[in-house]
Amino acid sequence: MQGAGITAEPPIAAAPPPSNDPGLASRYLVGALFLAPALFLLGVWMVYPAAYTIVRSLFGQSGFGDFVALDNYKTLFTQANLTTAIKNNAIWVAVVPALVTALGLIFAVLTERIRWSVAFKTAVFLPMAISAFATGVTWRIMYQQDPTQGAVNALGRTVADAVKAPGVLPSAFPSTPQLVSKGGNLVLKTPLQAGSIAHLGVTGIAPTDVPKSAVQAVDPKPQPGSIVGVVWRDFKPGGGVAGKVEKQELGLPGVTIDLRSSDGKIVGKTTSDANGDFVFKNVGSGTFKSEIGAQTFRKPWGGFAWLGSKLITPSLLIAYIWIWAGFAMVVIGAGLAAMPRDVLEAARTDGATELQVFRRVTVPLLAPVLSVVFVTMIINVLKVFDLIVSLAPESTQNDANVIALAMWRTSFGGENNFGVGSAIAVFLFVLVIPVLALNIRRFKTEAK
Amino acid sequence: MTAVATELPVQRERVAARIGRIALKAPVNLLLMVVGLLWLVPTIGLFITSILPASISEQTGWWKIFSKPSIATWSNYDALFHNSGLISALKTTAYIAVGNTVLVVVIGAMAGYALAWLEFPGRDWVLIAVIGLLVVPLQMALIPMFSLYDKVGLFDTVLGIILFHVAFGLPFAVFLLRNFFVGIPKDILESARIDGASEFWIFIRLMLPLGLPAIASLAIFQFLWTWNDLIVALTFGQNTTPITVWIFGQLREFGTSIDVIAPASFISLIVPLAVFFAFQRYFVQGLLAGSVK
Repeated sequence: MQGAGITAEPPIAAAPPPSNDPGLASRYLVGALFLAPALFLLGVWMVYPAAYTIVRSLFGQSGFGDFVALDNYKTLFTQANLTTAIKNNAIWVAVVPALVTALGLIFAVLTERIRWSVAFKTAVFLPMAISAFATGVTWRIMYQQDPTQGAVNALGRTVADAVKAPGVLPSAFPSTPQLVSKGGNLVLKTPLQAGSIAHLGVTGIAPTDVPKSAVQAVDPKPQPGSIVGVVWRDFKPGGGVAGKVEKQELGLPGVTIDLRSSDGKIVGKTTSDANGDFVFKNVGSGTFKSEIGAQTFRKPWGGFAWLGSKLITPSLLIAYIWIWAGFAMVVIGAGLAAMPRDVLEAARTDGATELQVFRRVTVPLLAPVLSVVFVTMIINVLKVFDLIVSLAPESTQNDANVIALAMWRTSFGGENNFGVGSAIAVFLFVLVIPVLALNIRRFKTEAK
Repeated sequence: MTAVATELPVQRERVAARIGRIALKAPVNLLLMVVGLLWLVPTIGLFITSILPASISEQTGWWKIFSKPSIATWSNYDALFHNSGLISALKTTAYIAVGNTVLVVVIGAMAGYALAWLEFPGRDWVLIAVIGLLVVPLQMALIPMFSLYDKVGLFDTVLGIILFHVAFGLPFAVFLLRNFFVGIPKDILESARIDGASEFWIFIRLMLPLGLPAIASLAIFQFLWTWNDLIVALTFGQNTTPITVWIFGQLREFGTSIDVIAPASFISLIVPLAVFFAFQRYFVQGLLAGSVK
């Protein structure tokens, strides 16, 4: 947020002509007095340290007695956690400025078409006022992996469940050894025939996970020619007897039951009632086996590990874009407002579609503003620090490392290696020199 | 009658056109509504998390509050306002932010005035140097100033942290104010000088009042920048901890300390948000002055 980084193009007035009045020396003195505090601070806090850091980067950890030439720079480009930092920063530079500029442009153009643009702009711009540090805390809450806790994964689970519904009893397991797991299904070992009763007792279901419509389980009466059965929560406070339907034990409704013939073919499929009972009518002769279908146990979507080592950098990029899109929107919006309207109107009158107007007129006319936003974002992205410290858990900070963070951790984070730390700082400085040169050149051409 | 008859179809066309326009705009409105909401959700989530007891936050997401509003509690905030660590962190933050803002504005305005309207040799070179310093990353100064602060006793002091901020805020301040002052009509200055006004009087009585819009933008930026800072205070403070550093110290136990971290984070962003809403115009102006014409 500090100084947007790029020089403005204010009306640069010509310097007042030099005058020849006798008080010249005293006027020089006044100028010096007005300038002195700023020059003192800039000299002591910026110029001297910059020079010091450049020299310090040529010496080892123990201090100025230990000249190592360019060894610290060699470390910077070879040590694993530092190369990770450089690689990550390259990703940041490749992704963020482009996306932020594009989003800002889209938002700026679209908000011109709505009546409530002030409200929208305020909502998107709001994160600019919040510290990157607090933003990290905010997004860490959003990114919690458990979909019942993290909002991002909660949204993901809603979508995943709509595509592929989870089973009604994801955590259940058999209550007796008669039921065995086979290919995800829970198969009752006892062979069945017409007139048999299948007891499919399961347990391991938390009270809150029992389907709401469940009622007291009922041990069904045998029916001639049919196979009947019950699937129930074979557990009651205090335990109960496994494999036996007892008082206070609930039937499990909505469970898919398959019936297989002796050659393994599925010959019947049904779902259980509120009391857990089910029936396969007129099964004919032969022996059968029944099973609880695998879909009953399908686990709900577990969520992405946004804060894990693989996804931490994308997670950080999202949060960072969330902060800065408003900046791009406001700056580009101002450029848009200053654009000559008649040019746009002329293009529209000539029959250009909105998309053509956008691509052929709006974007080219905005190019200077877009480049300013883009370059400003490059500078900002190179300095990212606070967000990573607060968003990434310590265990993934090595994977999330960037140059500014590596500089701090190397210098002050326990290792206290001022040699390599200085080299990292100088590297960071070298990366912004092109922008520095650009700013000065721009100023000089405008001053003429 | 004829007039009405001829007017009617036109009217109808207009209505049709309006419906057509609204229909065309509906997707844009809808899209922006979704985006706007998405942009608000994280901050809302932080606030709701901050009013939930830890026992709830550990088990379930903050949106649970919509189905069960009774779980909300102010006890987290109550506890925090009785937490002497947080109170002193807030005070430290305020000292740093206010001290820095005042110093940057005063010193920056003086230098800006000198570079805009006073004559002395090498003026343009100073200006070019200031522009060059605009993008220098503060990482370049952390190590040397850490060593120097240790020697001169500025380490772990509010003053040390403020001075570091002031120095790194100055290039932008000088640049912004110099550009603003240059735009002030020369006649005003010349007539004051002819009347025998001293440069000091002109600075106080003319430049500062006339430069108020730019000064306001600058002050808001500086205030927010230092209020929100982490890296400077983390480097040069030990017991001098502003709010960000104080929360940073709790992060290790993110899961179990969420009832402290979330409300403290929210407290830390109330002041910037208030400043932002109160002075939105100046904030945007400052942003634009720093980036485009």
